Amino acid sequence: MASCKEETTLLGVVGSPFLHRVQIALKLKGIEYKYLEDDLNNKSDLLLKYNPVQKMIPVLVHNEKPISESLVIVEYIDDTWKQNPILPSHPYQRALARFWAKFIDDKCVIAAAKFVLMVDEKEKEKASEELSEALKFLENELKDKYFAGEDIGFVDIAAVFLPMLQDVAEFQLITSEKFPKLFKWSKDFYNHPVVKEIMPSKDQLFVYFKARAQSLATQKKN
Amino acid sequence: MTDIKLHGFWYSPFTLRVKWTLKLKGIPYENIEEDRYNKSAQLLQYNPVYKRTPVLVHDGKPLCESMIIVEYIDEIWPQNPLLPTHSYHKALARFWVKYADDTFSAVASLVRSSNGEEQEKAIEKIWEHLKVVEDQCFGDGKNVFGGDTINIVDIAFGPLITLLVVLEDALGVKILDDEKFPHLHSWYNNFKDVPIIKENLPDQDKMVAFIKVFREKLIASS
Repeated sequence: MASCKEETTLLGVVGSPFLHRVQIALKLKGIEYKYLEDDLNNKSDLLLKYNPVQKMIPVLVHNEKPISESLVIVEYIDDTWKQNPILPSHPYQRALARFWAKFIDDKCVIAAAKFVLMVDEKEKEKASEELSEALKFLENELKDKYFAGEDIGFVDIAAVFLPMLQDVAEFQLITSEKFPKLFKWSKDFYNHPVVKEIMPSKDQLFVYFKARAQSLATQKKN
Repeated sequence: MTDIKLHGFWYSPFTLRVKWTLKLKGIPYENIEEDRYNKSAQLLQYNPVYKRTPVLVHDGKPLCESMIIVEYIDEIWPQNPLLPTHSYHKALARFWVKYADDTFSAVASLVRSSNGEEQEKAIEKIWEHLKVVEDQCFGDGKNVFGGDTINIVDIAFGPLITLLVVLEDALGVKILDDEKFPHLHSWYNNFKDVPIIKENLPDQDKMVAFIKVFREKLIASS
């Protein structure tokens, strides 16, 4: 079933790894959609209407029905459009994919963001240790070119923020000495044709993360 | 003959989610009671990432994280289905399942609270989350929680509310105020009387006694 541009809308902010997760999924499936750029310092009425709970992007609106939470959206996309499956077909493998995606959200994303965005040296150090511990598990889990095998899947998509942060962070999150498999994965993933197509420029990423860092600093003061 | 083992704690809301799911579907399993202060070598082998319960072992294959286990069980044993079939309603259910997990973090703060100020702060945070659920999940045309039949959102939130009721008793505070949260209160009153749930609720007095000791140990070690 082809979808018309009018039926699928995606609200986001360029540079957000959570937005890019969804964009990768849509691109993999060849789904056309209308993109609406929001402003996190001045959230649109549309965003507040479609995601009253967290007031956050990304939000996918399909046939006028909104869905929030990037990984929930990716699963929805996989459930709705059957071509180029993102999750494995076997229930056990599927459960494992969900486990690792959740692990990435719970253990890696926050630590990585703190490491890159925080200014305080002590906090950076603590975040770096947390992230290192988490990355060890991911390094161990990587058994093929990608987490999903020969092509990208759910866990790869969940981990998109890693190569993104590698690009903007002043020094590398993942070194080839410490995490050889993840290091290679990061390059392969970033060069994947679908990922390459949707990923914004380094400058745009820099702008996004700088804004997040400023927002964090302001929050801490209040 | 399928072999299912559940490693858990009798008092854990996360183990309860899985237990209720197995009971609801009439799936026989072996219950393995773990000791959080002396975890079995098997548990640590099955869950090296988090080293915690619940862990479901199905024909020798382990799965961790309660709601991931619940979805897995629902996929393999379709009787008394927990997830809706329509992809949009599935996405909504998954969104609220995640929200239940986010709410648990607030509850954990209350369990750990060592003084009046911390306790108040934790309760405020819990109230914020409960208010969102109260406002967003009930009302015209909203079928987030189960009506006549139990669904995955009921399973996700049920043990959370059960724990709140225990904490009310243990701490001498009111959290699930029926004036503040009439719908949630009403939903839970119905839910806990469903025979499968009623027969499998941990004993209230035992839970209160346990929580008191648990808190003492936690506070002493911090």
